[in-house]
Amino acid sequence: MNLLTVVLFLPLLGFLVALAIPRSSPQSSRVWALLLSLATFIASLGLLFWFNRGAAGEQFAIDVPWISTLDIHFAISANGVSFWLMLLSTLLTPICVLISWRSIQNRVKEFFAFLLLLEFGLIGVFLAQDLFLFYVFWEVSLVPMYFLIGIWGHERRIYAAVKFFLYTMTGSVLMLTAIIYLYVRTQTFQYPAILDMLATGRLTFAPGEEMLLFLAFFVAFAIKVPLFPLHTWLPDAHVEAPVAGSIMLAAVMLKMGTYGILHFCLPLFPSAARSCAPWIAVLAIIGIIYGALVAMVQPNMKKLVAYSSVSHLGFVVLGIFSFTQMGLDGAVYQMLSHGISTGALFLIVGLLYERRHSLEIADYGGVATVAPWLSTAFLVTTLASIGLPLLNNFVGEFLVLQGTALANYKWTIFASIGVILSACYMLWLYQRVFYGEVNGEHVARFWDLRPREWAAVVPLIVMMVWMGIYSHSFLPPVGKVTARVLEQTQINVPFRVELKLPAGMEANRAR
Amino acid sequence: MPVNAPAIGFMNPLDLIRFLPEILLTAMGTLMMVLDPLLNKRSSRLFGDLSILTLVAGIAAAIFAYGHAGPAFGGMLWVDGFATFFTVLVLVVGILVVLPSYRFLARQDAETSEFHALLLFSIAGQCIMVSANDLIIIFIGLEISSIASYILAGYLREDKRANEASLKYFLLGSFATAFFLYGVALIYGATGTINLGLVRLAQTGPDAPSPIFVGVAAALMFVGLAFKVSAAPFQIWAPDVYQGAPTPVSAFLSAGPKAAAFALFLRIFMTAFEPIGGGWEPLVWGAALLSMTIGNFAALLQQNIKRMLAYSSIAHAGYVLVALTARSELGTAAAMFYLAAYAFMNVGAFAVVSHLSGRGERYQSIEDFSGLAQKQPLTAAMLTIFLLSLIGVPLTGGFFGKFYIFRAALESHLVWLTVLGLLNSAVAAYYYLRILVMMYMREPSEAASRAEPLTPGLRAALILPALGTLVLGIFPNWVLDFAGRSSNLLR
Repeated sequence: MNLLTVVLFLPLLGFLVALAIPRSSPQSSRVWALLLSLATFIASLGLLFWFNRGAAGEQFAIDVPWISTLDIHFAISANGVSFWLMLLSTLLTPICVLISWRSIQNRVKEFFAFLLLLEFGLIGVFLAQDLFLFYVFWEVSLVPMYFLIGIWGHERRIYAAVKFFLYTMTGSVLMLTAIIYLYVRTQTFQYPAILDMLATGRLTFAPGEEMLLFLAFFVAFAIKVPLFPLHTWLPDAHVEAPVAGSIMLAAVMLKMGTYGILHFCLPLFPSAARSCAPWIAVLAIIGIIYGALVAMVQPNMKKLVAYSSVSHLGFVVLGIFSFTQMGLDGAVYQMLSHGISTGALFLIVGLLYERRHSLEIADYGGVATVAPWLSTAFLVTTLASIGLPLLNNFVGEFLVLQGTALANYKWTIFASIGVILSACYMLWLYQRVFYGEVNGEHVARFWDLRPREWAAVVPLIVMMVWMGIYSHSFLPPVGKVTARVLEQTQINVPFRVELKLPAGMEANRAR
Repeated sequence: MPVNAPAIGFMNPLDLIRFLPEILLTAMGTLMMVLDPLLNKRSSRLFGDLSILTLVAGIAAAIFAYGHAGPAFGGMLWVDGFATFFTVLVLVVGILVVLPSYRFLARQDAETSEFHALLLFSIAGQCIMVSANDLIIIFIGLEISSIASYILAGYLREDKRANEASLKYFLLGSFATAFFLYGVALIYGATGTINLGLVRLAQTGPDAPSPIFVGVAAALMFVGLAFKVSAAPFQIWAPDVYQGAPTPVSAFLSAGPKAAAFALFLRIFMTAFEPIGGGWEPLVWGAALLSMTIGNFAALLQQNIKRMLAYSSIAHAGYVLVALTARSELGTAAAMFYLAAYAFMNVGAFAVVSHLSGRGERYQSIEDFSGLAQKQPLTAAMLTIFLLSLIGVPLTGGFFGKFYIFRAALESHLVWLTVLGLLNSAVAAYYYLRILVMMYMREPSEAASRAEPLTPGLRAALILPALGTLVLGIFPNWVLDFAGRSSNLLR
């Protein structure tokens, strides 16, 4: 029992208590959810005191036997990557509670209960060090999201919720097959133990076997990311989900996929990952450009932001499969940045929806005149999202492009098109919604940010600026972990020795 | 006469202890029949109470008998961990079926003693089936269980569908048992014995019978048992019978007789026919895949909830057959665990259906579940647990059972069956989700608005299986250990 366990189980406790709150007092459900998610956030901040920024390994490890017959353990720990992702989840949950304060009026108790259960599942996914436990959290996070979309979503919510569930389920049964197969081979679910077996050569895969296992894991993760062409569930889910659902989905849930690739696919199946890298990189680049082009023509704001996520997540996958230190660092940084900036985009779109009850861009116009602070917040977020220097996304995208250039210069050229396109669609969106004539009396009656909304928006903007200006607060622990992952992928890949050259020489060669 | 069996002459008191659960059930069933005319109509609830009491006593007796494990009646019955596991399982199923039947029978004006007496007889038959070690005793157990359940299926005499169900079940069931009996006859002809252990021995000796005889006998028995567990291609009866039978009876048929028939499957095929395992493995492989696929895809199209659950139960029979295909102790243990988890989740789901069905079972459509979450949050929450378990979402018994089965399959190198089986379970998610969609995402229907408030009995009938499902999903250790230890006692 340590503080990390507390952070994990507080939301579960919150869920159970929230179920017991009587239906007749929705206000107490809201207050409880806010208090509890804040307490979780503060507890996770408290972990910073003990967090060793220089360590590449796992920290705060807890390992308790759970199902002894099968040697399944309740094993959790955090490293330099999962720690930030956990913080991202705990930061966004109270913000989601705030943003849903008034917009959710129907079945309030269940809403906040499911939100807390979702937080439990998401934190668990990032912390689990036992493959069985990981799968449990992976699936557990699916159920509350399904209900959040299906009950509190917009018109086509049922279609979206079922599609979301089935897509993920199909991917995860393949992953389950691979997990069981690994267990049959190694007789353990302990992830560190399996890695140890790989490193010492006690576990080796035949090439075909490794490829199939890699694909089984990878498809599950790629659906979640989502990687082109498996992305079709995402626009539906995002458009139909309630605001809090969209935020959690975009900001945290998609990262389950990229985190899974980084944390499991690469270290477990290095050779297969390397031989698939060109194909996956091409898919990622198609995703970057395709997502951006489709985003450009969307008449619906949420759909636009959703497709922009497809594009941004393409950068993450590209960075990971560049197999360079910078590319991996950038990928992780982009995961965090995207969580903050896209979370903020969905949040502000949600605020607009509360005022106008429409997601169509055509219904807006001239919002900047009536709600200047709201517009400023959206502007900062837009600029962050398109990768303006001094804001968070710039760091991630730059590192990814730099790392990719070391691996294959052509990839960089194509991926950069995505950066340009993102400026096009985001600024055009900003222009149509916030500038121009005030569009009708609906927009004229807009109110500016209220205290509750300020409280939700400000932390995200602070984070965007902080992550953009002083990335040193976040990057060093990430770099330690990615360096370790890179080292693990060197196993069985002797022909890749060139990667051990100093970065400067690599860069020269590339030029 | 088997050489290793003790002589039958006078009753050994140990024999009676090992046979105690069956004695209790039969005695109480008969007593109920006698009591019925002597009591007035108002005391009809008494029979429900009595059968719950008997079933609880039966569980105690089964555990007591396990303390004195060993053969009874000259080796015709064999009380071992495996038998005790399944005896307790069918008795628990009995309790979970009786609990929701109070209100159900009262609503249909059909509170008589026969329902409970027949249920006890059927369970007694299943107890004999699971502990039998001799083909004739197996057949007797099978018949006791089946005949009682044929009548139960048609228990609501006025209902045409129930009559159809009963007749169909009876006709096809008789054919199936006949097939089984042919198999028994062939075995006796080929090996000269009907004791399972001796049949196995006879195949290894110097004067072993032609494997063709044994193979044909195995195939015939396979047909009979596949019918009983509603595995494809012998599943045609299941949807009609489950739909037509009174809902508590459907719940019972989908769990009790099925579990007992699977116990037979495991015991016969893992002992008597174990030497020709390579021969029957492809047969079971095909039946498993066919059951999963037919069950899941047909269930996608159903509008009637009982029919849908019937197809889902065909699919789940397929999953258990995967465990049998593994042909290992691990597979046996996995099948045992899965059947326990399946009993809880399926009987629980049927209990909700029976609660909601209304007088004359009017509300059976999936649409009738619309908005249940707003009218009866507890009922909806419990059904959610059962459905998530049927889908195979972690932290439920259904997930762990499936996980354990496919682990056994992979240990036996059945990679393709595993992949196809797990993909099947992703397909299955769709039709279970439809009910969740109805309950949580639609406005209340007439059926949901008219649902009766939960009585204490019904509350127990919903909460107990839900607890069972969750305990098997979160703390499966105890059951896993027991199943693992009992799976090797077969021979």
